[in-house]
Amino acid sequence: MAERSFAKEVQSLRLNAGAEFEGEGILAVTKALLQSGVGYVGGYQGAPISHLMDVLADASVILGELGVRFESSASEATAAAMLAASVNYPIRGAVTWKSTVGTNVASDALSNLASAGVLGGALIVLGEDYGEGASIMQERTHAFAMKSQMWLLDPRPNLPAIVQAVEQGFELSEASNTPVMLMLRIRACHVVGQFRAKDNRRPPFTLQQAMNNPSRSFERIILPPSTYAQERAKIEQRWPAAVRFIKERKLNEFLGANDGCDVGIVLQGGLYNTVLRALERLGLADVFGESKIPLYVLNVTYPLVPDEFTGFAQGKKAILIIEEGQPEFIEQAASLFLRQADIQTRIVGKGPLPMAGEYTGAVMLAGLRKFLAEFGRLPAAEVPLLPAAMLARNVPMRPSGLCTGCPERPLFASMKLLAREMGPMQVSADIGCHSFSTLPPFDLAGTIMGYGLGAAAGASFNVPNPRRALSMMGDGGFWHNGLTSGIGNAVFNRHDGVTIIVDNGYSAATGGQYIPSSSAEIKGRRARNRIETAVRGVGVEWVRTVRTYDMKQTMGVLREALLTKFTGPKIVIAEGECQLNRQRRVAPAIKKLIGDGERVVRERFGIDSEVCTGDHSCIRLSGCPSLTVKTNPDPLRRDPVAYVDNSCVGCGVCGEVAHAAVLCPSFYRADVIVNPTAWDRIKARLRAAVISLLA
Amino acid sequence: MRRLRPITLTIAALGGQGGGVVTDWLVMTARRAGYFVQATSVPGVAQRTGATIYYLEFFARGDAPAGREPVMALMPNPGDVDIVVASEWMEAGRAINRGLVTKDRTTLVASTHRDYTISEKMALGEGRASSRELFEIASATAAKLVGFDMLKTAEAADGRISAVILGGIAGAGVLPFGIEDYHHAIKESGVGVEASLRAFEAGRLAAAAAALTPLTAAAWPDNRGAIDASDYTLAALSAPLRARITGGFPVQLHELLGMAAARLSDYQDATYAGVFLDRMERIHRIDGAKPGDFALSAAAARALGLWMSFEDVMRVAQLKTRRGRLMRIRREVRAQPGDLVQIREFVKPRVEEICGTLPAGLGRRLLASARAHRALARLTAGRRISTSTISGFAMLRTLAALRRFRRGSLRFRIENQRIEAWLGQIAEVAPDDYGLAVELAECQTLVKGYGDTHERGWSSFSQISALAPALLGHPDSAALLRTLREAALADDGGVQLERAISALRSRAPAAA
Repeated sequence: MAERSFAKEVQSLRLNAGAEFEGEGILAVTKALLQSGVGYVGGYQGAPISHLMDVLADASVILGELGVRFESSASEATAAAMLAASVNYPIRGAVTWKSTVGTNVASDALSNLASAGVLGGALIVLGEDYGEGASIMQERTHAFAMKSQMWLLDPRPNLPAIVQAVEQGFELSEASNTPVMLMLRIRACHVVGQFRAKDNRRPPFTLQQAMNNPSRSFERIILPPSTYAQERAKIEQRWPAAVRFIKERKLNEFLGANDGCDVGIVLQGGLYNTVLRALERLGLADVFGESKIPLYVLNVTYPLVPDEFTGFAQGKKAILIIEEGQPEFIEQAASLFLRQADIQTRIVGKGPLPMAGEYTGAVMLAGLRKFLAEFGRLPAAEVPLLPAAMLARNVPMRPSGLCTGCPERPLFASMKLLAREMGPMQVSADIGCHSFSTLPPFDLAGTIMGYGLGAAAGASFNVPNPRRALSMMGDGGFWHNGLTSGIGNAVFNRHDGVTIIVDNGYSAATGGQYIPSSSAEIKGRRARNRIETAVRGVGVEWVRTVRTYDMKQTMGVLREALLTKFTGPKIVIAEGECQLNRQRRVAPAIKKLIGDGERVVRERFGIDSEVCTGDHSCIRLSGCPSLTVKTNPDPLRRDPVAYVDNSCVGCGVCGEVAHAAVLCPSFYRADVIVNPTAWDRIKARLRAAVISLLA
Repeated sequence: MRRLRPITLTIAALGGQGGGVVTDWLVMTARRAGYFVQATSVPGVAQRTGATIYYLEFFARGDAPAGREPVMALMPNPGDVDIVVASEWMEAGRAINRGLVTKDRTTLVASTHRDYTISEKMALGEGRASSRELFEIASATAAKLVGFDMLKTAEAADGRISAVILGGIAGAGVLPFGIEDYHHAIKESGVGVEASLRAFEAGRLAAAAAALTPLTAAAWPDNRGAIDASDYTLAALSAPLRARITGGFPVQLHELLGMAAARLSDYQDATYAGVFLDRMERIHRIDGAKPGDFALSAAAARALGLWMSFEDVMRVAQLKTRRGRLMRIRREVRAQPGDLVQIREFVKPRVEEICGTLPAGLGRRLLASARAHRALARLTAGRRISTSTISGFAMLRTLAALRRFRRGSLRFRIENQRIEAWLGQIAEVAPDDYGLAVELAECQTLVKGYGDTHERGWSSFSQISALAPALLGHPDSAALLRTLREAALADDGGVQLERAISALRSRAPAAA
């Protein structure tokens, strides 16, 4: 069950021609796919397109009605390979993932797809996670487009433009026999707006038709000599066809004043709104996008159209190229186009604008002001646009952390305690919620090498040594590739280390999507595939399963894994259901029970503030959001006391930590019995009577 | 002609507070009120509990020529935000640091409650950022500050903070939407409508009130937050002890001495509180010789009161079997009138704690014997004692009653020796270096907690107090000692303290 349900919103996917569609960017993309007659869709979740996968899953009935095959792929590589259906058949297919990480994973299939070429339109919708708030390293998808000769769309970030880009993307793909990538920046995925809907279209050629009339062509197989021909086709046919299509269909836009202004701005479509707002603040555009400076908007950032560039630059003193990220591919290409055409217009880009980092409103404003002042469109004087900001000192950082009651917290606390006992450990982390083990208060692992690659990242640490290395992996990463890249590899290479597989039942970090080992009954899919069975299946002999909330057991098993005489991979499956998902399931049920007058015991932890001395060891071992501090009620004491707030879900970790760490006796657990039985009440009254005598 | 511009609004929230829900409501509200609206976010999918930002722009449809739509920005631009909503006090600070709050245009609607960050909570002592300092900056930076406690408002209205945030936006009176537009949006969303409407109204009224009566620094009296009233007061003290204090000490110290003496009377008995006053007289005699505000006496009184009431098994048992505790816990866990509450204590005494409770001679012998140590270790498995059962309560009550034998216990002997040595050192240093003596008194704050925590604190304390003689007469002696104390509280591995000590050795070789 995903974190966010789109059950209500997906109804708007049924809108017919002329109706006004209102909603989020990702929902608009889905509608555009249906309007384009897509035949199959796949993908892998990850911000910012996790919700696109959730929308598609929630829309499975609607997709089914239209005869569209949807699947939640095992990885981005799976999703990319799915596009093989468009190689030999005139079927439109779309896949989606987070970029650049997902594009890295998908690259093998993408290279082969791009080489073979496609008959049906193949569209890859990428959530470009770049800039402020990105959760991955800062890289550009652009490079993938260049190396594989795939086309890259970067439309203006409004719903009509995004919808149009989906539709044109399929056409461009078919016109040039090339897969097309459509990148959406993080905010565009979630932008809320409206567009005029069209009717949905059933795929004109179905997967059934393909299966019943198989077709193949030797030219599309990526084996020599076809590969040589394919490379030539890319250059001699597909690329020119794409450029022709982009020009003829006017995919790129020339906007703004056309009155012989001697400067101009070239921009990636995705940056349009930010550029326009900066121009508006500089008094060079109005709120409706009427710019006094000519604009060349690249809704297609690869391939570029040389004569559009030369035409735009002709007669201008200078053009500013606004290209987010590095290296400056577009600027380099534009320089080449102008040089070859012997046009002397100055090309300005990185310089007024920074090479690295997101082009936020403030960065854009400063860059444009610099460029326009240099070329005489703005007064040269530095007029500060912002009143000098007064900074609040000491605003503490607020990094992401594990949720209240998270089952991974006791695991990391156990590891931290074990490190105290056995000395510091070499730990390789992985991608997922468990990445937070690298942050305070745990500060455990030293590297994160990629999704599912935690165990692989520990592969070198396999030399005779009394102290073993540890690695971690989540259940999501395990099924994504960790089973083979990590576990299978460890078996084959007789790795003597310990791998912890965190089994919380979902792809939790991306929003709680189901994975093969989820314990739910999911319509149309087969879950409940046990991790232990898979691990044993690839040859692991030493496997233990622990319940993370039982810290004594967890520490015992980890200790055993680190010390046992057994040589070979040791796998510890650390189980505990993602608390967010659990609460979503359990909380309404409990509320109902209470409402029905049933006896319910609600557990909660608390701290006696008189007993707490304000050292916060408990917090340093747990970091639970509900375990916080408050001003010490004791006037002699100054240090704030620990305190459990009302978000506590009674997971029990506080008590476990207090015991395992021999912390302090200030913790108590309160069992609140709601709707007590008569016997409960009698017992309580009796006890209270005796206790009041003793007190 | 008026320059047409969108109204811009940023919500700075924490993951899990429902910033997305507020955004959805605002979108529906604006649409109903006849506005173009665009909303974006960097969502909290992978950003659990971290800070998240939502951004909205509104533009009146009536202001747009036919067929034209405004181009709206996708992220807040410094100097271009009309309303910043912060659902937590430090998030307001973060928004200020990002330049989003500017004097020319920004109304800052902020919740005054704190949700402490992990770095603030992890500190070995006080690590919280100053709310009052932020207030001063916020009121100087914003065009208008509308501050109220959104969390408390939500709790009082038995609703969620998201609805209070929406109410706060409405109540601040900056957006041109009608109340019925907001109501309509809440009803449209269809989930928990009753509670949301209630919380929305509570938030709206609180914001409207806050807009009329601006916050003042008085909301943060000690720069952090108010403390509860204590049971340990001068007034609660027995008459003879009270007379000793009022008769023998300057008036500035009465309250403080009263608190400490009352605490010790409760901890042990009146005689014990008398011992405290004997010791304080000793300190005060040296202090009186110096002009000033009795800083040494004050520091020593606070520290000595705490040290003499060290937390042993008897003390914990006493506190856990207090009358009124159940009522306090019932309040804390929000038990409803018909609910029953059962309490389980998490105690895990170590062999050291068990031996510490025994008569000194016996305790020492047992600690020294490996066999006894092993036998006792069996008793130290983690225990959950239910103070709601007769046997559990009786057991703790018995332990609490053992405090009448406390003076004979091993732990008492040890602590008493340590206290005497510490007081002796203070008395020795004070005549020559008053500042250093005050700092030595303050070092008691390092010795706190239970088990390993206590041992770590004692080790830091011992290292620092051993260095004190060498600092005597150094022009910066007090500041240097304070640096060491702060270093000891910087991490629980002793790394910073070790570094500070070696830095000190290179600066003041006499300390070597």
